[in-house]
Amino acid sequence: MNYQGKKITLHDMCLRDGMHPKRHQISLDEMVDIATGLDDAGVPLIEVTHGDGLGGTSVNYGFPAHTDKEYLSTVIPRMKRAKVSALLLPGIGTVDHLKMAADLGVNTIRVATHCTEADVSEQHIGMASDMGLDTVGFLMMAHMISAEQLLQQALLMESYGANCIYCTDSAGYMLPHQVTERIQLLRSRLKPETELGFHGHHNLGLGVANSMAAVEAGANRIDGSAAGLGAGAGNTPLEVFAAVLDRLEADTGVDIFKLMAVAEEKVVPLMDELVRVDRDSLTLGYAGVYSSFLLFAKRAGEKYGVPSQDILLEMAKRKAIGGQEDLIEDVAMEMAGSR
Amino acid sequence: MSKKFKAAIIGPGNIGTDLLMKAMRSDWIEPVWMVGIEESEGIKRARDFGMKVSTNGVDGMVPHMKEDEIDFVFDATSAYVHAENSRKVNEQGAIMIDLTPAAIGPYCIPPVNLQDLLKEGRTPNVNMVTCGGQATIPMVNAVSRVQAVEYGEIVATVSSKSVGPGTRKNIDEFTRTTAGAIEQIGGADKGKAIIIVNPAEPPLIMRDTIHCLTKDEPNQERITESVLEMVKQVQKYVPGYTLKNGPVFDGNRVTIFMEVEGLGDFLPKYSGNLDIMTAAALRTAEMYAESIHNGDIA
Repeated sequence: MNYQGKKITLHDMCLRDGMHPKRHQISLDEMVDIATGLDDAGVPLIEVTHGDGLGGTSVNYGFPAHTDKEYLSTVIPRMKRAKVSALLLPGIGTVDHLKMAADLGVNTIRVATHCTEADVSEQHIGMASDMGLDTVGFLMMAHMISAEQLLQQALLMESYGANCIYCTDSAGYMLPHQVTERIQLLRSRLKPETELGFHGHHNLGLGVANSMAAVEAGANRIDGSAAGLGAGAGNTPLEVFAAVLDRLEADTGVDIFKLMAVAEEKVVPLMDELVRVDRDSLTLGYAGVYSSFLLFAKRAGEKYGVPSQDILLEMAKRKAIGGQEDLIEDVAMEMAGSR
Repeated sequence: MSKKFKAAIIGPGNIGTDLLMKAMRSDWIEPVWMVGIEESEGIKRARDFGMKVSTNGVDGMVPHMKEDEIDFVFDATSAYVHAENSRKVNEQGAIMIDLTPAAIGPYCIPPVNLQDLLKEGRTPNVNMVTCGGQATIPMVNAVSRVQAVEYGEIVATVSSKSVGPGTRKNIDEFTRTTAGAIEQIGGADKGKAIIIVNPAEPPLIMRDTIHCLTKDEPNQERITESVLEMVKQVQKYVPGYTLKNGPVFDGNRVTIFMEVEGLGDFLPKYSGNLDIMTAAALRTAEMYAESIHNGDIA
C-alpha cells in the first residue's frame, strides 16, 4: 500500500491506558507536563481519565491520585492544538460522567463495551452523538469473536450514532492477519464516512505491525502511547509507529523528534517499572487476557503465593473479560487453597 | 394455615413465569392471574398451569380483582408502565411488589429491611431494587451492622444471556439504583455499583464481589460471623447463594466473594441474578401475608 500523504490520526493513550501501570497515580503536574509535550509534538488527540475510564475510581480498579474532573479540567485548558478524549465503560461510568466530561470541554467520547455487548452502549453513544461530540464505539477484546460477529456489533454502535468504530485488541493477542480480516470487513460494510480505529497492546511485540495492518485495511485512527506506557506490555509505542509512518511519508502532523523526546524524557522517567514484554505480559498476549489484569495478578500472586502467570492462564481459561479484576483475588485464593 | 393469599403476576415473560413456578409452591401465596398484553408463549404456559389470564393488560384483570380476592400483584414488566399498573391495582386494595427499576415504593432487601417495612404496616408498593442489589446488599449490611462502613462497592458479573433488552437499554439505571440502595439499605456512607456482562459459553453463574471500607479497623471475628449468618438468611429463599471466598481483610478493606446459582425453575440455573429477584419478591409477599394473617398488619 502507498502511505504517501495518507492522513492518519494518532491518538495518545499514556495518560489513560498508562494509568494502569501507574496504578492511577499520575499527578496533575505530570499530566500537564506530558500532555503539553504531546501537544507541542503535534499529537492531535490525547486521552485523559482513570485507566478504566470515567467513573473508574473504585476499590476494584484502584482509586486515582485525582478525580477525572480534576485531570480533565487541568489538562484541557492547557492544550494549544491537541484535543482531549475520555473513555467511558457503561456498567462502570454513567451518562452523568459523560456530561461532566463534555462540560469540561472534551472533544471525543469513546464508549467501550466488551465486543459482544454493544447494546449496553446505546444511551451513552446516543447522548454523546446528540451533544455533537466526536463519538467513538470501542469494541474491546475483539479477538474473542469472528470478524462477522464484530461487524454486527459495530453496526449497532454505528446505528446509535458513533462516527468512528474501534477494533480493540485489549489482550494484545491479535496477529496482523486477524487485524486485517476484521478491519477489512468493517470497512466494506460500515458507512463510508464512519471512521475506523485500532487500539493495540504490545504483549506479543506486534503493536506496530498490527497498527500497520489496520491502516492498510482501512483504519485511519490509531491508538498508541508515548514510550508505550499502557496496560500489559503497554500500547503500541506511539513514537515508534510515528517514525514508521514518517518513513512511509504518511501525513500524521507529528514531529517525530519532539515525540521521541516526550517519550524519552517525560514518560520513561515516570515508569514505576519498565513497561515491557516479560513473562507475565507475554502470557497476556499469548493466552488472550485483558491487559490491565497484569498488576492485579502480580499482587494477588505475591499475597497468596501463586505464580502470577498461573493466575493469568486461569483467567483466560475462565473467559474473563475487561472489568473482572475482582475475579483475580478470588481465583488466586482458590488456587492457593487447592495446593 | 387455612387459606392462602391470592396473587397476580403482570408480565408473562421469563421472569414472570419463573415467579409463577415459585409461587405455586408457596405456603402463603396462591397465584391466580397472569397478565400480558397479547397472546404469547408465556400466557399459554400460564393457562396450562391453570391461571386466569388477561391479554389486555392490567385493565383486563382489574374488574375481577375484588371478586378473586387478589391481595398481591407482582409487576415483572418495565419501569415505564409500572406506575400506572401500581395505581390501578392499589385502587383494588392489592399490595404491589415491584420487580422493575421504577422504585416508586420503598426498597426491599428481605433479610435486611423487610421486618422494618412490616412494622410500618401496610404499604401500597415495595420495590425489589435490582438483581445486583438483592445479591450484594445483604453482605454490605452484614458488615455495616457490625461497624461503620464508609464506602461500599459491589461488582456483579452476570452472563450475557441473563441480561434482557430492558436492562441493556438503560444500564445506568442498574448502577445508579444499586449504588443508592447500597447506601440507603446497605448502610454504607457512600455506595458504588459496577456490572459486567460476560458472554462466555457455557454461561457463567452470577458472581458478586462486595468490597466494604470500614471506618475503623475491621473486627474480623464479628464481621465473619455476621456474614455467615446473613448468608444463611438469604439461603432461606435462594439456596444457591454461596460464599465462595472471604471475608478477606486487608487494612480497612473487607471483601466478600459470592456466587448465586438459581433454582432453575423456569430460568436456567446460571441466571442466579434473575432467580434472586423472583425469590426475593415472593419472599416479600409471603412475609406480608404472614403478618396480615397474624393480625400484625391490617
